[in-house]
Amino acid sequence: MIVAGGPVIPNFGSGSKCETTGGWWCTDWLRSHWGDTLQPALVQHVELSLLAIAIGFVLALGLALVGYRFRLLDGPIGAFSDFLYTIPSLALFQLLVPITGLTETTVEIALVSYTLLILYRNMVAGLQNVPPEALESARGMGLTPLQMFLRVELPLAVPTIVAGLRIATVSTISIATVAAFVIPKGLGRPIFIALQQDLFKTEIIAAGGLCIALALAADILLVFVQRALTPWSRA
Amino acid sequence: MAEPQAAELVFDHATKRYGDAGDLAVDHLSLTVPAGEICVLVGPSGGGKTTALKLINRLIPLTDGDIRIDGVSINDQDVTQLRRGIGYVIQNVGLFPHQTVEANIGTVPRLYGRDKRWIRARAAELLELVGLDQSYAKRYPGSLSGGQRQRVGLARAIAANPPLLLMDEPFSAIDPIVRARLQDEFLRLQHEVRKTVVFVTHDVDEAIKIGDRIAILREGGKLAQYATPQEILEHPTDDFVAEFVGKDRALKALALRTLDTMPLRRETGDGPRAEKTTTLRDALSLLMTERAQTLVVTDGGQPIGSVTREDILQ
Amino acid sequence: MIVADQFHPSTFVDAFRFIGDNPHLLLVETGKHLELALTALAIALVLALPLGLWLGHKHRGLFLALSVSSVGRALPSLVLIAFATLTPLGIGFWNNTVALTVLAVPSILTNAYFAISSVDADVVEAARGMGLAERDILLHVELPLGLPLVMAGIRIAAIFVIATATIAAIAGGSGLGEIIVDQASYGLAGVVGASLCVSALTLLAAGLLSLMTRSSYRRPEPKA
Repeated sequence: MIVAGGPVIPNFGSGSKCETTGGWWCTDWLRSHWGDTLQPALVQHVELSLLAIAIGFVLALGLALVGYRFRLLDGPIGAFSDFLYTIPSLALFQLLVPITGLTETTVEIALVSYTLLILYRNMVAGLQNVPPEALESARGMGLTPLQMFLRVELPLAVPTIVAGLRIATVSTISIATVAAFVIPKGLGRPIFIALQQDLFKTEIIAAGGLCIALALAADILLVFVQRALTPWSRA
Repeated sequence: MAEPQAAELVFDHATKRYGDAGDLAVDHLSLTVPAGEICVLVGPSGGGKTTALKLINRLIPLTDGDIRIDGVSINDQDVTQLRRGIGYVIQNVGLFPHQTVEANIGTVPRLYGRDKRWIRARAAELLELVGLDQSYAKRYPGSLSGGQRQRVGLARAIAANPPLLLMDEPFSAIDPIVRARLQDEFLRLQHEVRKTVVFVTHDVDEAIKIGDRIAILREGGKLAQYATPQEILEHPTDDFVAEFVGKDRALKALALRTLDTMPLRRETGDGPRAEKTTTLRDALSLLMTERAQTLVVTDGGQPIGSVTREDILQ
Repeated sequence: MIVADQFHPSTFVDAFRFIGDNPHLLLVETGKHLELALTALAIALVLALPLGLWLGHKHRGLFLALSVSSVGRALPSLVLIAFATLTPLGIGFWNNTVALTVLAVPSILTNAYFAISSVDADVVEAARGMGLAERDILLHVELPLGLPLVMAGIRIAAIFVIATATIAAIAGGSGLGEIIVDQASYGLAGVVGASLCVSALTLLAAGLLSLMTRSSYRRPEPKA
């Protein structure tokens, strides 16, 4: 199989006994290669994910507002989202390559698409689940539609939106590993190379472990964000 | 902010029709609610009472006719300004779950530009008025019982001191014991603040207890009778009204008067006693329980006279 | 991985031509792809579906259902495939099958659990009061009512498994993924062509399962 361009992991043939025999957990390899392999991959992974989530969030919010205001549009937009979601991540990457090339753009477009799909459904559902009597009393009290939206609908939709954000974040971090098929970035790359060359267990475990840890950390962080934003649910 | 005086409300052939040749939900309703009075809209389901209420704050637009508040037609005002000047209480309260009790109460004052300090003081004042402890101010609606929530809903509705208050079956979702207490407290509150109130209910007993005047709407939104509870109970205009108030309307009428409104006999003596504030209905019930003919009326424990069964029953 | 070939939209045309020129190859690879995917899906169904349904019926194990779902989401498919190669299963068919099974389980389990546990409690109580056995309640009351959600979980799992089987190619698996990662032999046209096939496959699976769900609604109502 052909390897894409980019720095190849330094040959560790001259390494310790642990490394040459492909041990499970070679701490000396980890120590010496943290700086040039694992850490950059981690940083790239975070960058890729964060960018996709940020863009996806903004786009989803815009679309959700449209789909919420104009119920007629919700159907088509939703159906389109569901359809896109059935395209496997790797396939989406490959399909975009002829158009946007072997670049980060390709990866970002695919990642943003998936984030968008998850978030759109969630945001619309969150807005639609606002208790109707709160809306009726707000209207009766004389709040303008804009005031109702900003002070009642949106705040009450936040819990559902953040829940969706949790799912989208973890999914994005997960799918970003596959980005290694297209560009030499992210935590998928060390895994990919290790699988192709000689199954270096430590590398696979380290990169894989980092990825899982990243996803779990993001999930926990967002749980705290959700708690912080919804003081009324703890009452 | 609205003027503290109560407003006079006039329905002038107010009509609501759905569709071109559709049914009339409210049929040329005409009545006047004097300032400071409680008018109860009551009737069977489909009678249009909630629709009539929502015509006032334009949550439902009028098809025909007019509604005037202190002489000004509701259609001549900006709808948002109109609603801010009317208190609105609904059955499920509709408190904002994401805001504290204090913030909920301050909703309309905030729309008028009042600052946090003013709202906090006003909320404290209102919590006391509706009978809730000050500690409720920082709590969230989710932790309150139904009765407590409705009290907050009431406080929220009068926070900006509107001259008119609309209440749509506010106590219907509350259990009977708490409901009775809320009704009493509401009457006490009304005695203090004296607003014009339009109150919708399907419960005839509630209507009789609360209303200064009752408007009975029959199916199709037609006004059957508009009069004081006494008048309706003693002189229902037709069979529908008579049926609606119930076959026990005579007894209901007895519940409207107390012993101190009756002429008392000079003699006292032994026999069961009751305070002069007791309703005639309860007095009669007491006589029956004690199997007595004469009831001694007291004032603060001191006998002041007596009444017999016949006196009450005529 | 993809070499920096020339890339322009005409590659799509080339891709379709590739498909047209190599039907036998694609059919064989698709067959192997499906073999892997369906084996994993079948095992996952046997393991997770009864468990999810039963736990939902008993209203037990909510924590388990939620945790499995969270963990399942956090597990990147590539990582799982890689980890599977480290086990004694080696590189080939079975390590990938195991990995894919693990990926399919969360969605099936969680959806089955919530589908059954959120059936209207009054309906279940009425059935119980009428004397239906627990097993009958699950099979004849809860399952029919919760079927859409259960099928949704299976559908998601199926899509996920077919898609991830593609990645399995780099870990010794066979199937359409082998074409996708081998650009040297098949060219960019081949890579994109095979990707189109994978997409088509998932759409087919999704559509099929949707149809199955919908047709289960058309059961005639018993006349009162």
